[in-house]
Amino acid sequence: MSEKFTKSMARNIFYGGSAFFFLFFIALTVDTTAKLPERDHRENITEQVVLGKKVWEVNNCIGCHTLLGEGAYFAPELGNVYKRFGNSKEAIIGFIKSRPVDGIPGRRSMPQFNLSDEELDGIAEFLKWTSEINTANWPPNIEG
Amino acid sequence: MQYQSQAVAKPYFIAAIGLFVGQIVFGAILGLQYVMGDFLFPEIPFNVARMVHTNLLIVWLLFGFMGAAYYMVPEETETELYSPKLALILFWVFLAAGVLTIIGYLAVPYATLAQITGNDLLPTMGREFLEQPTITKIGIVIVALGMLFNISMTVLKGRKTAIIMVLLLGLWGLAIFFLFSFYNPENLVLDKIFWWWVVHLWVEGVWELILGSILAFVLIKMTGVDREIIEKWLYVIIAMALISGIIGTGHHYFWIGTPEYWQWWGSIFSAIEPIPFFMMVIFAFNMVNKRKRDHPNKAAMLWAMGTPVMAFLGAGVWGFMHTLAPVNYYTHGTQITAAHGHMAFYGAYVMIVLAIISYAMPLLRGRAAGNSKKAQIVEMWSFWLMTVSMVFITLFLTGAGILQVWLQRINENPMGFMEVQDKIAIFYWMREVAGVIFLIGLIVYVTSFFIGGDEEEASS
Ligand code: HEM
Ligand code: HEM
Ligand SMILES: [Fe+2]
Repeated sequence: MSEKFTKSMARNIFYGGSAFFFLFFIALTVDTTAKLPERDHRENITEQVVLGKKVWEVNNCIGCHTLLGEGAYFAPELGNVYKRFGNSKEAIIGFIKSRPVDGIPGRRSMPQFNLSDEELDGIAEFLKWTSEINTANWPPNIEG
Repeated sequence: MQYQSQAVAKPYFIAAIGLFVGQIVFGAILGLQYVMGDFLFPEIPFNVARMVHTNLLIVWLLFGFMGAAYYMVPEETETELYSPKLALILFWVFLAAGVLTIIGYLAVPYATLAQITGNDLLPTMGREFLEQPTITKIGIVIVALGMLFNISMTVLKGRKTAIIMVLLLGLWGLAIFFLFSFYNPENLVLDKIFWWWVVHLWVEGVWELILGSILAFVLIKMTGVDREIIEKWLYVIIAMALISGIIGTGHHYFWIGTPEYWQWWGSIFSAIEPIPFFMMVIFAFNMVNKRKRDHPNKAAMLWAMGTPVMAFLGAGVWGFMHTLAPVNYYTHGTQITAAHGHMAFYGAYVMIVLAIISYAMPLLRGRAAGNSKKAQIVEMWSFWLMTVSMVFITLFLTGAGILQVWLQRINENPMGFMEVQDKIAIFYWMREVAGVIFLIGLIVYVTSFFIGGDEEEASS
């Protein structure tokens, strides 16, 4: 790099540039959070949805599945599973309930979590609410 | 080793390598579960093994960063560490917290772990990479603050070089952004937005300062090039990293419920993110060409040159591949993501930690400059085994990802997820073979520490 461009100039670009773009990032974040309510439909976050998110977390579902494309890639996307299962909470509950304890020989299998009826209803409500988030049309098709 | 207190870096480096071995063993288990779904089921389900794999990665990299800091700070500031004793206490606290957490993952169901560690009081668990019990997270914060106090006090009483200021800023940033892991709102969209303040602003933000600073330190030591030149490069690189990387967070805000304008901000700024990685390559090779001495530690040189190259490939090239919104629409959350995640983490952060260990460990063990020729040759073999097998892991996952995207997302008659997984199993088998070679490379690496012989002389 040329002699005229000194270390202190480089340092100033670093501090100035980083500070500027960090402040800009905060401004964008504030704007985003202001626009979110119409996209995430938070008015529909019921007690069941809150419980469902907790069940999702304490069973580490994200360790196998993606949710809105984030997580692990071992098992199907669940952001749209409510729609994939024909807009049916019962189908989701039935699937989770029926997982064999010892797995399926030779194949990937979901653990049996022994959830209570309340927890099952919560997780289904949570996945239903998630499927209604405005995700700019993602995923490309119903398979997720 | 010029300062007594640098010695505290040694246990940090040893622990890092030990946990690295654990990480890769669990990586191999995961790879096998991909093709033999019932392997270790239900004793160690995939999600548990994955947590162990990724959390060990993060913890051993943190051990590496802390060891690097304790090694570099006295030498750069030209004064002994403020409190070597505190550094050793924090080492044991961190190791205990890390090991207990891993044992917790393996010994009891995750839901039980959440319950006995009081997750209900402050729920932070169950989110990718942030699976640790809340008390472990608090422990991490305490260890980080203790370390920051220790090295900040040292810097205050000593020489303040650009390298050390950048390192300090990076480590402070690491601790501060980790605090967002305690924010877990009931609204999933908000949760996801701020989850990335930890994950993205770490690897494409403040960690790059740590990476740049360690690289600059090793290059000064090994090439003898003028500090003014090296530090000027360092500032330019990290300036580009943060200017692109902060708004670049937007490449994770395309499809999680956030407004559409992020498709523009995220695409444009993250498309600039490869530039600082490219500059690191130019920087490293330039400095080596201008070198004023031939350092006898050839193995450390190899790691130091390999880091920018592999970081540019993994983060720069593989990152760019899927970062534009119209592409990411199809690749989001597929094996393409996994391919990129592996090579980027390996190239940037695994390799820089192995570079500083390779440079510092011989000195910490009382050798003049480098290990014996024999030991170095074995270490260089491990470099090539691990690096080449990582290239193949990445290529096989990319192959799997392209097919997955095609069959499941682009095809007119899209196939279901599990059906596609069966169709692309051959790629997972090949990835597992490459993974086993990686593990062999790592065993060779560990072996290199136990090879004696005449050590290399220090050159002027
Ligand atoms: C024996 C070699 C390895 C194998 C077989 C392996 C395998 C795996 C598998 C199967 C996953 C889970 C993917 C999923 O969610 O479906 C994973 C995740 C991950 N591994 Fe590895 N791994 C290996 C080595 C490494 C190394 C050396 C690193 C670090 C440089 C690493 C970093 C990661 C990261 C960051 C993730 C999370 C990826 C993401 O969320 O996109 N792995 N690994
Ligand atoms: C050393 C630096 C980097 C590391 C360690 C890294 C690591 C990762 C990891 C582990 C993920 C997966 C996160 C998850 O589990 O959801 C990811 C995602 C992603 N990375 Fe990076 N990355 C780095 C740099 C970059 C750069 C420079 C770019 C762009 C040029 C980039 C673009 C992306 C994109 C677009 C995704 C989202 C993929 C998706 O939609 O599924 N990364 N990165
Ligand atoms: Fe990112």
